[in-house]
Amino acid sequence: MKADAKKKEPLIHITRRKDVSLLRSIVIRAAAIVLALIVCALVTTFLTGENPIDVFGTILSGAFGTPRKMWVLGQEMAILLCVSLALAPAFKMKFWNLGGEGQILMGGLAAAACMILLGSKVESGAMPQWLLILIMVVASIGAGALWAFIPAFFKAKWGTNETLFTLMMNYVATQLVAYFVILWEVPKGAGKIGIINQSSEAGWLPVIGDYKYLLNIIVVLVLTVGMYVYLKYSKQGYELSVVGESERTANYVGINVKKVIIRTMLISGAICGVAGLLLVGGTDHTVTTTISAGRGFTAVMVAWLAKFNPLGMIFTTFLLVLLSRGANEISTVFSLNKSFGDILTGIILFFIIGSEFFINYQIHFRKSHKPEAAAAVPAEDPHKEALEQILRDAETAAQSVSKEETK
Amino acid sequence: MIDWLTFIPRAVIQGVPLMYGSTGEILTEKSGNLNLGTPGIMYVGAISGVIGSFLYEQSCGGAAENMNGFLAVAIPLICCLGGSALMGLLYCFLTVTLRANQNVTGLAITTFGVGFGNFFGGSLIKLTGSEVPSIALSATSNFFRATLPAAENMGWFGQIFLSYGFLAYLAIVIGILASVFLKRTRRGLHLRAVGENPATADAAGISVTSYKYLATIIGSMIAGLGGLYYVMDYANGVWSNNAFGDRGWLAIALVIFTIWRPAVSVLASILFGGLYIMYLYLPTGMDNLAVKELYRMIPYIVTIIVLIITSLRNKRESKPPESLGLPYFREDR
Repeated sequence: MKADAKKKEPLIHITRRKDVSLLRSIVIRAAAIVLALIVCALVTTFLTGENPIDVFGTILSGAFGTPRKMWVLGQEMAILLCVSLALAPAFKMKFWNLGGEGQILMGGLAAAACMILLGSKVESGAMPQWLLILIMVVASIGAGALWAFIPAFFKAKWGTNETLFTLMMNYVATQLVAYFVILWEVPKGAGKIGIINQSSEAGWLPVIGDYKYLLNIIVVLVLTVGMYVYLKYSKQGYELSVVGESERTANYVGINVKKVIIRTMLISGAICGVAGLLLVGGTDHTVTTTISAGRGFTAVMVAWLAKFNPLGMIFTTFLLVLLSRGANEISTVFSLNKSFGDILTGIILFFIIGSEFFINYQIHFRKSHKPEAAAAVPAEDPHKEALEQILRDAETAAQSVSKEETK
Repeated sequence: MIDWLTFIPRAVIQGVPLMYGSTGEILTEKSGNLNLGTPGIMYVGAISGVIGSFLYEQSCGGAAENMNGFLAVAIPLICCLGGSALMGLLYCFLTVTLRANQNVTGLAITTFGVGFGNFFGGSLIKLTGSEVPSIALSATSNFFRATLPAAENMGWFGQIFLSYGFLAYLAIVIGILASVFLKRTRRGLHLRAVGENPATADAAGISVTSYKYLATIIGSMIAGLGGLYYVMDYANGVWSNNAFGDRGWLAIALVIFTIWRPAVSVLASILFGGLYIMYLYLPTGMDNLAVKELYRMIPYIVTIIVLIITSLRNKRESKPPESLGLPYFREDR
């Protein structure tokens, strides 16, 4: 009897929480991050032998140690945040845009193409600098949007799997960039373009004051606020979240799902194109196949962890960039491989991903059965009462149906 | 003109990692788990094998004479299977037990796995304090690359069919076995049921959780072998960071290309292996180097075209498992 009761009731049983309080979700996430940081420190200690407390010191000095490092931190955050902002509306629509890499590359390639092809005109004075920059902005946004439009079109029209389509578009873009890099390489045979327009600085985005990265940061901040408003308060933002929740509902209430898919992806690609423009025109002044450095993928996780809330993304980008800059410092100090940052990023992601469960679900442990209580209860099926109730209900229902039929 | 006698063996060699990756991913996806962590898992499988055999070679003084052939193969194999199984377990724990989003978890696994591979690939020598200039496991690699002694004397037949290490044949065997398993066995049927409609499978008394766990972990182990093959056989035991490249993603794309059929993936992988190196064989004009970069797009463009065609045909047989990518929560109905 006791064994039977135990068999029927599993050790743990899980229910979805009806309402999740903000405080609770913050506490759980914070706990997950703290745990993750402890694990990261232990892993670092295991590999390098450094005292775990010092590990955090190294991470912090890698991120904030000098004004230059802080600017780099800001710049890295800005670009990653920019890509995350781009992906957020697509993900909110449940369109898995894994093509951020390709869209950034195309934006960057377009900017570089303008700088290379039109740079001499600026040098000779035939074209003002502002016009070139304007052309670059338009070209980058257009190229990024085009790269997002292609998979969006097929998804909207025939439901083609967007996850793999966008993924493959990344590699097509990479090869396209590789092609142009060889075409434009300086000097011939170098295999890279090098700094474009080094002497004339044609097409270089303006530097505000002495701060090379300030413009990027300001642009991305404006985009962040814009995206927040767009997603939260605009009609289009509402439409895409309805499409994300249920395409059927969207159809039913008269939303043109195809149009929303294509429009949202155009925005997504356009902002990725901006990220490419900022990288090529603002900081690198050259284009390579690796300018996006995996940000198209990291941004997927940034956006998802922040639940597609642009303001939350500021925090998640900060966390990930801080960690990767810190890991960079650790690998430099101990002359280890730079990929150390990816391991730490992975660990922290696993913890945050896992913590979602404890926010959304509640675990009930089986209550311990007291032996005497179990003996006192007569050997009766615990479900008997409920079953009888169901039978009674069924009978009354059947009676009412037959009454209606006789009428 | 293409020299088929050299082209086909090279296509097969390129195809084997894809074969492992896609067979593993098909098995995983049949349980309803879309594991985007496969590229990372293949890196982990490769580097785990490398770590195992590196330590073994070091303990033998790096001399092939001291090494036991069986151990030289078994140690990397076991390390590789163990490493990739752990990654599969982690994926399952997060997505099945903790019901996390599969795409995000998969990408996190890939970030971690690729980082793990490159980190240990780049730091193993420093961490173990050994005095070799680079990771070159040629002694171990020779065991992996051993072919039948008669293969060289059999002309074109030997070159096309018998010139590969044992892992290449194992890939084909696993592909065919997986196909038989899915189509002809009761457990295969159960697995497909779990992927199509976990609620129904659950009601029929099939343990959804254990099928998902087992399929994903075994799938990850198979995928990991692809990484091991790449390092030990294709790359002659030399690890170089990021050399494995995007093969993991191509393997995932192949799953759709083959419409979730492992036996087809054996042939499709060889075809893709051929497409992968096609750029070396296609004629180029004057501007040869740059055009080669464009030729390297071929496998991706072919994948895109196949994706579009399968979505256009929209047949029932070419649909993914119904619950692919969705978590199953019994109490949620």
